[in-house]
Amino acid sequence: MPHGDKTFTIPFKITDELTLPKVLIETAKKYGHNKAAMREKEFGLWKPITWQDYLDRVKYIALGLNSLGLQREDKVAMIGDNRPEGLWAEMGTLSAGGIAVWLFQDSLLDEVAYIINHSDAVFLFGEGQEEVDKALSIKDRCPYLKKIIWDDPKGMRGYDDPMLISLKEVMRLGRELEQKDPGVFERTVDQGLTKDVALLFYTSGTTALPKGALLSHYNLLTMGQAMMGVDPCTPEDDFVSFLPFAWIGEQMMSISSGLQVGFTINFPEEPETAQENIREIGPHVMFAPPRMYEQMTRTVQVKNLDSSWIKRNIFNWAMKVGYRVADLKFDKKPVPAGMQFLRWLAYVIVFKKLRDHLGLSRVRNAYTGGAAMGPDHFRFFHSLGVNLKQIYGQTEIAGISVLHRKGDIKFDTVGTPIPGTEVKITEEGEIISKSPSVFLGYYKNPEATEKTLQDGWLYSGDKGFIDEDGHLVVFDRSKDVMILHDKSIFAPQYLETRLKFAPFIKDAWVIGHERAYITAVICIDYAVVGKWADDKKLNYTSYHELSQKPEVYDLVEKQIREANRSLKKPAKVHKFLNLYKEFDADDEELTRTRKLRRAFVENRYKVLVEALYQDTDSVHMDTTITYEDGRVSQIKADLHIRKIPIEEGK
Amino acid sequence: MEADQRGPVMLKVDEIHMYFGKVAALSGVSIDVRKGEIHSIIGPNGAGKTVLLNCINGLYHPQKGSITFEGQEISKMRPHNRAKLGLSRTFQKIELFKGMTVLDNIRLGRHIHMKSGILSGAVYFGKTAKEEVETRQYLEEEIIDLLEIEAIRNKTVAMLPYGLQKRVELGRALALNPKLLLLDEPLAGLNLEEVEDMARFIIDISEDEKWKVTCILVEHDMGVVMDISDQVSVLNFGNKITTGTPQEVQANPQVVKAYLGEEDLYATRR
Repeated sequence: MPHGDKTFTIPFKITDELTLPKVLIETAKKYGHNKAAMREKEFGLWKPITWQDYLDRVKYIALGLNSLGLQREDKVAMIGDNRPEGLWAEMGTLSAGGIAVWLFQDSLLDEVAYIINHSDAVFLFGEGQEEVDKALSIKDRCPYLKKIIWDDPKGMRGYDDPMLISLKEVMRLGRELEQKDPGVFERTVDQGLTKDVALLFYTSGTTALPKGALLSHYNLLTMGQAMMGVDPCTPEDDFVSFLPFAWIGEQMMSISSGLQVGFTINFPEEPETAQENIREIGPHVMFAPPRMYEQMTRTVQVKNLDSSWIKRNIFNWAMKVGYRVADLKFDKKPVPAGMQFLRWLAYVIVFKKLRDHLGLSRVRNAYTGGAAMGPDHFRFFHSLGVNLKQIYGQTEIAGISVLHRKGDIKFDTVGTPIPGTEVKITEEGEIISKSPSVFLGYYKNPEATEKTLQDGWLYSGDKGFIDEDGHLVVFDRSKDVMILHDKSIFAPQYLETRLKFAPFIKDAWVIGHERAYITAVICIDYAVVGKWADDKKLNYTSYHELSQKPEVYDLVEKQIREANRSLKKPAKVHKFLNLYKEFDADDEELTRTRKLRRAFVENRYKVLVEALYQDTDSVHMDTTITYEDGRVSQIKADLHIRKIPIEEGK
Repeated sequence: MEADQRGPVMLKVDEIHMYFGKVAALSGVSIDVRKGEIHSIIGPNGAGKTVLLNCINGLYHPQKGSITFEGQEISKMRPHNRAKLGLSRTFQKIELFKGMTVLDNIRLGRHIHMKSGILSGAVYFGKTAKEEVETRQYLEEEIIDLLEIEAIRNKTVAMLPYGLQKRVELGRALALNPKLLLLDEPLAGLNLEEVEDMARFIIDISEDEKWKVTCILVEHDMGVVMDISDQVSVLNFGNKITTGTPQEVQANPQVVKAYLGEEDLYATRR
């Protein structure tokens, strides 16, 4: 089985002068054209970009930005899918002394305008027509913005706005500047200091407007070294970059760790082909939020339900063996020889193929973070032999502060602090941490900075505790912790993640703070339930209609009863309803990293919540939904409420 | 496009008559399609739009009249010979090979440009292999990229949703590298997002330096037709009522009359 730890020490010592661009120059010097820094799948083929190519492009972009008038500490915003040009633009900005601001690809116009204005960005890197259209429609609202830079020429022939400039043209300007003044790039990079600000990253904000966190080169470099100190990657490793660059976790891998170690970053052809491309690459290391692993689990479960009797039984047998071994390992007990043999058999027959299909055939360390992950999903991956670990951190600490160690994994914890990091719990139960990677503060928001940064300690706003093994247990956002009617405390996320282990349930929202009992709002998975309904010959025309079928309610009810069984009485779900749509970040119900914005949904679905606590079995809903291009449409719906009989028990 | 900038006539349909038994499907229809334009043909159901397309690409042979393509009389020519001249089309009801992959379907459209025969293809060596690689490169760079179907290139066509199948059909028509593309209701049955995508592809094919394909578009979605067409011809009961720019056609009282009582034809999806 492909495991075994590697050792590799990052060859950079963090001084007062080391910056990310200097690391890039050194690495490019070392590997030149002999090693691929990146690969991109284009026109059906994987095309390598060597370290020297990478540096050259960054250089000309940096000089191009300089000749367009970029000053030190100017902000440069970026938006677009994961692609080499995105990283070039970011590193080009840093090399020229600028500060990089990444935006989520699917941000709505108002969000884009807000961040560009708040950060006073002077340039915007977009990918192609879609981003250019977005940028042009808000440019009048963004007085600081000077140029919009695009790199994909598709559909761009009719555009002649003077604000637009192609990446090619920027690089041509860069080349010109270099010819006029050889060595100017190196001199500009030399001026950079470790304490300079590198990134201005907007936190997704489950509660309020996004806040801009300032991260220095020092923050990012120390973070990368601390993480690689725990789980070293080697320059021979492959990593697939497919999650938004605007997510700090992706920066952690592609920039902080990737650049210092020098592993190869692979870019999928299109967002839709990511899963297929991951399989082709078979990365050694992977970091994704729980939803990605949830999706993988769902795929496996659904395919299993669909397969023939014999395959299903073999799979179920293999999973049983896998779970047994995983549980023994969680308990730190030895695995008996007979069990080891069965585990090997299960691997050869089932897991090897399965892991290959999921793109996990070579993975040494798979990480998840950014939101809570349910214990069921966690056990599932460990039973396949995938070394899945939790990461805990936030943008304000450059992404990571706490991590599971090899052989010391507990699925209800997030592990222990990484080197150089101290984690404490305040008297109120809030998690606070201190490390070299703690950010400089929020941009133009001293009040928020004062609240979050106290004596060098970062106040996370998360509740938690440290267990007997020294592991950190994250309870939930302080605001999200519920007090049940018997005055006990309860984390709704725990129940939600349990419910989401059912392939039919895409999202769940558990309500019950200071209420007589617990209720839930369920979003079914359209694809999975749709397929199930097709097999049962149930007619439906839309998500809404499907979600309201009594048969679908039965399906969900079964799942909730299952979850109820292991809960103490006050925490059992008494009533639920199926929502007429999925939760969506465009409707502000989720953050861009797909965390539920509880306060928002509570307000938006007030009618539903009230009905769930009245003696009624249906509720009428009248609301609007927003499309990505800003169109709005109205929805009227009648939703059933189903009561679940509560069995006496624990 | 302004009248003075219009290109030379590429396709000239001159007074064609098409009868099925005693039913006249087309009675004396003439249309000039100029190089570089998107020329839409609209009309109520049964007006003869598809029949006209079938006459142009050779599925039907009109009893009277002539069709000239780039100065060459083609009305007696067989369809595959017209394809060689650079005429390509998509169908109202999808006509793909359902059991084959997307790539194979599109590759088939390229067949006309391949020189190697069955024997050398079986050996796959030297020139044949090179030709094969070049073909694949062309399909990837020009068609799959344009139509954004990377994620489905190895999927079997029958398993794809309708909207994507329509796109694959367009891909196959493009693989021929046509000069003139006949599109028979490319937007029918698509949802709003798919309609927008498809309209964008049609504009790309028409305007992009690499393609510059002249298009004849038969379509019921008036919103798109009036948006993207350079010229619009209106058919009714096998007769042409008028040809003109979208504005002219919309203002024509005869057109309005032909559509009277069929208000939904003017209804657009927007």
